[in-house]
Amino acid sequence: MWRYARYAIPVAIFVAIGVFFYRGLALNPNLIPSPLVGKPMPTFSLPTVADPDAMLSSDALQGKVALVNVWGTWCVECRHEHGFLVQLAQAGVPIYGLNLRDDRASALSWLATLGNPYVTSGFDPKGVAAVDWGVTGAPETFLIGRDGNVIFKHISPMTPQVWRQEFLPLIEEQCRAGGCEFLAAAGGR
Amino acid sequence: MRRLLLVGVVWLAGASSAFAIDREIAFSDPALNQRYLSLIHEIRCPKCLNETIADSDAPVAADLRREVRRLIGDGKSDDEVKDFLSARYGDFVLYRPRVNQTTLALWAGPFVFLVIGGVVFWRIIRSRLGQPLEDEESEA
Repeated sequence: MWRYARYAIPVAIFVAIGVFFYRGLALNPNLIPSPLVGKPMPTFSLPTVADPDAMLSSDALQGKVALVNVWGTWCVECRHEHGFLVQLAQAGVPIYGLNLRDDRASALSWLATLGNPYVTSGFDPKGVAAVDWGVTGAPETFLIGRDGNVIFKHISPMTPQVWRQEFLPLIEEQCRAGGCEFLAAAGGR
Repeated sequence: MRRLLLVGVVWLAGASSAFAIDREIAFSDPALNQRYLSLIHEIRCPKCLNETIADSDAPVAADLRREVRRLIGDGKSDDEVKDFLSARYGDFVLYRPRVNQTTLALWAGPFVFLVIGGVVFWRIIRSRLGQPLEDEESEA
């Protein structure tokens, strides 16, 4: 019995290593799951981009399904996604901005020329709130649920495909109890 | 030659401090500074994947160094600093992973393989114990 089993051992090792490689190499190393998903969103209180004296705090997002989008005028990919964010905003999706490591003048002129999809944007030039949100860069988009929890985090630009495949199913689930008037206009059921 | 080598070593040592990522020394207290330096060399930059925040010039790495400085300055322990970062960026940022369910295989794996290797070694030795040595055989 042992005579034959010993030939099976290298084959078994090969198969085991093969399985590990097959799974491991298929993973996207840039896909780092956020530990915030499923937890209450981090609290923050930031002056807004539009008005240094006005504040945007996490309380404003409580009790509604909303997006939090991290952006900056230095961020090329943000320009890439901006048009689609404007479309979503026109459909009525509440999007809150987190303006990261930017200066106010550039941010304001960006919003004036490209359109402003944000209900409000918090101004975070030093990335203080961004660290609490586990932000690694821009663009990043968080989905906040009705209970104030982080439902989902997407790193890289928001595209129609990402919206349809990743966000809409989760939003539909959040909106089952009603209250998301934007849902139909934003492509959901 | 020796002098040249010495010059080279001195130059390299100077260069490495000239390229250090922070311009100023983080803490004037050498003990705190040492803790700061060893911590930032153990925390992985979440943006650049294969660099520590001590080596990376990504903006997020600068932010994280600032947070580590702040937390140490607030009197937090090394574990508290790591908890703070892993709560926000995940266990991914810890270059020295903690022992938990997902990392158990990582930590225990080497010892499991050591035991397997030991068993195989022992079996081979035992099966050959009865056999004469090859050298003796050829010389005889």
